[in-house]
Amino acid sequence: MTNIILDIDNLVVSLGKNPSGQRIIDGVSLQVREGETLCVVGESGSGKSVTSLTVMGLLQKGALVPTGGSVKLVGEELLIATERRLRQLRATRMAMIFQEPMTALNPVVPVGRQIDEVLRAHTDLDARARRQKILAMMEHVRLPDVERIFASYPHRLSGGQRQRIMIAMALVLEPKLLIADEPTTALDVTTQKQILTLIRDLQRDHGTAVLFITHDMGVVAEIADRVAVMRHGRLVETGTLDTILRTPTMEYTRNLLSSVPSLVPRAPRAETDEPVVLEANELGKVYRERSFFGKAREVAAAKDVTLTLRKGRTLGIVGESGSGKSTVARCIVRLIDPTSGGVRLAGREISDLSRRLLQPHRKKIQIIFQDPYRSLNPRVTVGETIAEGPINYGMPRAEALAKARELLELVDLPADAVSRYPHQFSGGQRQRIAIARALALDPDVLVADEAVSALDVSVQAQVLELLDEIQKRLGIALLFITHDLRVAAQICDDVAVMQHGRIVEQGPAAQVLTHPQQAYTKALLDAAPGRGWDFANFRPVEVAAD
Amino acid sequence: MLGYLLRRILAAIPVMGVVALFVFLLLRLTPGDPAAILAGDNATPEQLERIRTTLGLNEPLYTQFFTWIGKLLQGDLGTSLISNVPVLTMISRRIEPSISIALSTIVLAILVAVPLGVIAAWKHGTWIDRFVMGLSVVGFSVPVFVIGYLLIQIFAIDLRWVPVQGFRSITAGFGPFFERIILPTCTLSFIYVALIARMTRAAMLDVLGEDYVRTARAKGISETGVLLHHALRNAAVPVITVIGTGFALLISGVVVTESVFNLPGIGRLTVDAVLARDYPVIQAMILLTSLIYVTVNLLIDLAYTLLDPRIRY
Repeated sequence: MTNIILDIDNLVVSLGKNPSGQRIIDGVSLQVREGETLCVVGESGSGKSVTSLTVMGLLQKGALVPTGGSVKLVGEELLIATERRLRQLRATRMAMIFQEPMTALNPVVPVGRQIDEVLRAHTDLDARARRQKILAMMEHVRLPDVERIFASYPHRLSGGQRQRIMIAMALVLEPKLLIADEPTTALDVTTQKQILTLIRDLQRDHGTAVLFITHDMGVVAEIADRVAVMRHGRLVETGTLDTILRTPTMEYTRNLLSSVPSLVPRAPRAETDEPVVLEANELGKVYRERSFFGKAREVAAAKDVTLTLRKGRTLGIVGESGSGKSTVARCIVRLIDPTSGGVRLAGREISDLSRRLLQPHRKKIQIIFQDPYRSLNPRVTVGETIAEGPINYGMPRAEALAKARELLELVDLPADAVSRYPHQFSGGQRQRIAIARALALDPDVLVADEAVSALDVSVQAQVLELLDEIQKRLGIALLFITHDLRVAAQICDDVAVMQHGRIVEQGPAAQVLTHPQQAYTKALLDAAPGRGWDFANFRPVEVAAD
Repeated sequence: MLGYLLRRILAAIPVMGVVALFVFLLLRLTPGDPAAILAGDNATPEQLERIRTTLGLNEPLYTQFFTWIGKLLQGDLGTSLISNVPVLTMISRRIEPSISIALSTIVLAILVAVPLGVIAAWKHGTWIDRFVMGLSVVGFSVPVFVIGYLLIQIFAIDLRWVPVQGFRSITAGFGPFFERIILPTCTLSFIYVALIARMTRAAMLDVLGEDYVRTARAKGISETGVLLHHALRNAAVPVITVIGTGFALLISGVVVTESVFNLPGIGRLTVDAVLARDYPVIQAMILLTSLIYVTVNLLIDLAYTLLDPRIRY
């Protein structure tokens, strides 16, 4: 039996100092052994991040307080440790990497110096030795051109490079425990795969114990030795990776796994000869950066994008960040103006219409955005938000509000939600409101720009189901922008894969996602985490294929 | 960087041009005869004619403008109508007290306010925070002259530590200069401490919630290191903006303080000129104030690029 590095026993974290206050973490026990990866999975609000911050002693002072249980790091109790002792332990015995490499690094300090701070705080090495050690560590996490990156500011680096810097910073003093809080969630799949491999390799070389927090079952399947499922601050169940994925005992775990969309595309729907409602012809968008003296710099965000969408069908645009998929969506809806090419909506060219002439066509195409927490005006009631569009197009107010009620029922929300404000709803409910708002104008085309990406899997599954049902009922055409191939596989009839502003491959989802022709599509599919598992059926994919 | 500086200085030229045009038109477009305005109510026709010829008021407007601008660029700001002294001489006599007080006030205010703001944000929600914020409200709400007279009463009259009022040039020795400048500096600092401390606290509170501050803590570096190296530098941009505009305000006019301490600064020069309708002086003061604001804004923008590597022009 290997050494237990982290031993959390019956941990209770309460809101405020009062032990009888609301319990955010309620009796959680976890153990992580040397060289082992324990994945803590759960949906938002399950308490997985609070658990990790408790271990690091980084809970917000006074707001969240550990009121019971114990947390032992290599036998040393952390809950009673002084602030000074905790500071000593951080980076030397336990280290942490975070979700957002974009914001986790100080933007005004070169990254080399940020790593250097760790060494200055915890070692007596001189400047030369520190620099040597940092450069070696940076090479170890497979950063290229380390001398240049050492002196670079974070904004000069890519997301993957920043996360490598975070990992270098966390592991430079070879801590016993690495806590990784959703370290790959903000990264593209191909980068995610590299980072997961890196963490795996470093762990193998150094015997680090890893507490890996994630909401993504795919990532769990890639990296975990053991899995702990959390919900509402309690532990649902723990077990080895195989046990949890194959024979979960708890209902919640089974539901969680069943909600994970499969990478195997759904059964294709019959081709239709319904009219084409949306066409993009060689659509292009070039951004020009004007400069006072120098030559203007041009960036082609989208180039020669040609798409066709028929009534009642779903076309997915998939690609990594910066591939131009959102630019295309925004050009099609004319939120931004394309620089070349055309967009035909129900047979009418709209790419060159003036704002005023575009007005009557706007209602035919509506868009749902990614973040339901920011896309609804917090000071306007849900009813007003939904009714605003129809009122703009001349519908009497009372009629528009009545329609808002109907639409809310259509998206499975109570009709009395009209008089409430967005903050009174959960993320999934807000996305339903956003869908109702988009439907209020009876559009022919609905554009969903990463519309389910910010949602937990179980909520995601419900919203996808809702979109599917609405499509069947109203015959709407759906343009679905996503980075998530699993989601694309479950909702799209056709898929267009984008890279660097161009479409690299396009065709029926069943074909593109199972027999990709282009190297990039293959790489994307290959990088999709947990591609070997058919989560919903609790078995590996190879078996499912038989 | 140098290119950016050059571009910004070039961009300031049209701004100053517009101000100059406005200043020029100020007199010419005021209803009535400019000469009559300048000469006052009891002028004789001969005096009016003399003013018209000296100022070239009989020439076409554009010729007048270019003649005026030409003189301006050579440093000829005209002559005061009241004292007959060249305006440039009047300003140069008055500028030392103003700049001295502005500089010492802003330095004192920064030294006091930034630490106060940092501590208030760090101890957010505690009595320290509430105390600093309370102090800031007092600083904002007590009128400058009340603070001024209070300080005079205590330190000049009762304790006799410093002279009641007046100004000595620094060329006459640091002691006498310092004695006379310390009370007005403290008086003015009050409101600036309030302003800067409040701004620093707000900016620090924003920054302390950022992910990179959490990262810094996770590294196990000391709390001072977290506050000063990671948080304060990121919080500096809005604070610098307030300090910069505050400084410009200080140079161009602290009339009340100048009056209370009987300081011969440019604030009082401006007010006197306005009351006496001494147009050449008023025009010069508007130009000077604009120049100060343009320069300070330029310095603020430069400070941004130094503080935040993401800002590049």
